[in-house]
Amino acid sequence: MAIATSDNEQRSRGAAGGMRRLLRMRETGLILIILLLFVVMSFASEYFLTWANMRAMAMAFAVEGIVVVGMTILLISGGIDLSVGSVTALAMVIAGLLFLNGMDPWTASIIAIAACTAIGAGMGFFVTRVGLHHFIVSLAVMVIARGLCLLGTGGRPLGLFTLPPEFKFIGQGSIGVIPVVIVIFVVVVVAFDFMLRRTTMFRKVFYTGSSEKAAAYSGIRTKKVVFLTTTLCSALCGVAGVIYMARFGSAQPTFGIGMELNVIAAAVIGGASLSGGTGTILGAILGTILLSVVSSSLALLDVSVYWQDIIRGSILLSAVTIDHYLNKRRG
Amino acid sequence: MNSAAASDTILAITELSKSFGAVHALRNVSFDLRRGEIHALAGENGAGKSTLMNVIDGILQPDSGQMFLDGKEVRITSPAMAQKFGIGFVHQEIALCPDVTVAENIFMGVTSTSRAALMDYRDIEHRAAEILRRLGDIDPAALVRTLSISQQQLVEIAKALTLDCRVLILDEPTAALTEREAQTLFGIMRDLAARGISIIYITHRMAEIFDNCDRVTVFRDGEFITTMNVAETTPGAVVSAMVGRVIDNLYPPKLGEEEPGDIILEVRNLSERRRFAEVSFQLRRGEILGFAGLIGAGRSEIVRGICRLEGEVTGEVLLHGEPLRLAHYGESIDKGIVYLSEDRKGDGLFLDMSIAANVSALRVEQIATRGFIIDERREAELAEGLGTRLNLKYGHIGQPVSALSGGNQQKVAIAKMLSVNPRVIFLDEPTRGVDVGAKAEIHRILRELARAGVGIVVISSELPELIGVCDRVLVVREGRIAGEVSGAEMTEDHMMYLASIGEEQRLAS
Repeated sequence: MAIATSDNEQRSRGAAGGMRRLLRMRETGLILIILLLFVVMSFASEYFLTWANMRAMAMAFAVEGIVVVGMTILLISGGIDLSVGSVTALAMVIAGLLFLNGMDPWTASIIAIAACTAIGAGMGFFVTRVGLHHFIVSLAVMVIARGLCLLGTGGRPLGLFTLPPEFKFIGQGSIGVIPVVIVIFVVVVVAFDFMLRRTTMFRKVFYTGSSEKAAAYSGIRTKKVVFLTTTLCSALCGVAGVIYMARFGSAQPTFGIGMELNVIAAAVIGGASLSGGTGTILGAILGTILLSVVSSSLALLDVSVYWQDIIRGSILLSAVTIDHYLNKRRG
Repeated sequence: MNSAAASDTILAITELSKSFGAVHALRNVSFDLRRGEIHALAGENGAGKSTLMNVIDGILQPDSGQMFLDGKEVRITSPAMAQKFGIGFVHQEIALCPDVTVAENIFMGVTSTSRAALMDYRDIEHRAAEILRRLGDIDPAALVRTLSISQQQLVEIAKALTLDCRVLILDEPTAALTEREAQTLFGIMRDLAARGISIIYITHRMAEIFDNCDRVTVFRDGEFITTMNVAETTPGAVVSAMVGRVIDNLYPPKLGEEEPGDIILEVRNLSERRRFAEVSFQLRRGEILGFAGLIGAGRSEIVRGICRLEGEVTGEVLLHGEPLRLAHYGESIDKGIVYLSEDRKGDGLFLDMSIAANVSALRVEQIATRGFIIDERREAELAEGLGTRLNLKYGHIGQPVSALSGGNQQKVAIAKMLSVNPRVIFLDEPTRGVDVGAKAEIHRILRELARAGVGIVVISSELPELIGVCDRVLVVREGRIAGEVSGAEMTEDHMMYLASIGEEQRLAS
């Protein structure tokens, strides 16, 4: 009996390790594709593998990466948020306006993040209590938030030239050679990746997304879970908006148009499913990096910006198609 | 004689096999259907009846084997193609559009292939009324949403009748019908057979086979067992063929002379606005309590009400004498009262998640350090321990549950219940879609749990299962407890009488 059990254990451990390797296959695949692009590009353009270009690329995806984290968690729980771009811009505008009206930038930022969190909670309310679909609610909020941005600024960017240097440090400074933005990004990613993999709270997000009914039949309060993931996504948009403000030294009411597509594409390329229940932070971030490396490469190769959208869309379509077939084979 | 019989055969299937992964749903089965006969297809859940019908209807493709229609070999690749060949299929699950009228639902198949751009509503309503007149009192202009389940079932049948079919497959159509509606249906079936239409009738009710069918074919565990003329056989012989090997000790021993112990759970005057009223019962230590009743009688609703899974209930629930005030199902789990869903795939399990993650879902905190960081080793140990206890057969604990057979999936669902050391388990159709072997094992496990002092309540639509497993059965009718049976009173007849007699009593008074 005891022998049988230990044998069984060994088998399942070994097999579980194999399974985990399998699950990481997508991440490994993405890393390989990214490395391949690096190799090809370093031959194709002498500017590609320079410190300046690496830094610029990292800066480009780091802040958006924070939004990707929120979106991935929301997708895993079975939701979606189209309003991320406008809510990010709204955070900038709120913090910018408060600052211009004499508030210190830190308090202004906290209020802006709180406002975005409240917007997320509002969307969560409409989804879980009223019973509307995420898609519709966030579509409406996308338009409303953008309207608020334009209303608050009269449609013109707010120049925030008097931002104190210690605030600008968040967006523009470096610790040693590493930009602060990257540090924040890495901290957010590592923290949420760990929580998503290992904490009971986020396990319930997976249960809810995998089957909301089965989750309810397991005693999980699924509405609460969906409410919280919806709120979290908007809160992270708020954080991203504030960092963007510090980086640009201005608040741009038209910032982030089309961001939702990029963010959703990154999460999906990284393994999140629009039907919920699957996805990893690491995968989503690799998806973000891939898209960003592709954009940067195309720019360096002097490819027209119009082509860039076509290529990005094609990458998304291929990733989802491959995933669909892999899933089919597994099922 | 021989050649006459051969030319009489409308549909013949030879050496057909179909597997899903490692599971052989059908193994080299043969089947033949004659013109104008009502042919019963019997077998336990998971015997392969539905798989074969889905192959005939083109929903599934066989791995090997041949199918002949009127002597010509055919390959049917879609239900639309089956329809063209004159094969109509009334599924057990109702698949109507709820927000559309009865008439439109009935003619959906016809309108989708029609060339006319505009719908002639008056015409289809008129024609629908004609078909429905024979089936029962249903308004063709009513929205399907507003009909009862049994009326919806009749609409499904009407829909199949409008197709000009030669072969009509009925998959347990009477499960949701009242006795009178069922008799009407049998009358229609005999009319159709007299007009030369062949009917495959799936059921496991012996009475229906022996009253209405010409021949009966029995499947067991994906294999063809026998085809018999109904006139030349007995219900006993059919049941033996269905159950096969383990007919003697299919069920574990009962309490016998032992008296059940203290009251574990007591329910007093439990009511829910629409679904049930004044339900009172006691569950004692050591016994297995059954809930019988027709589909829709409110059995599941009562126990889900007790667990706070659905509905707003009034009344009292006492666990070991202590009154319970539960706000939601999570609190019910905390108190040790758990519910095993009747719909394993729909809401019982997370099919695409691992066995381990499924088993720990009811209380993830118990496998976490400091209550929130999941310890994967503890999670695996929990699942492996319960897996061993329930004789679960699996490759590894990180495997998705969808890769397991029905019986093993159900064991995972039970392991999930046991992971929280429950004090009361409500099991809703615990052996639906489970093969005979796993079924006996699940029954044995339930008896062991009862002996260990866990309160066990089993809801089942299979009366033999209730009779075999339970010490006492409550019969639910129209949301009320219509009676209690135990010991020698636990017969199918008596329970059916209690479950369905309401109508006649009303008529008498």
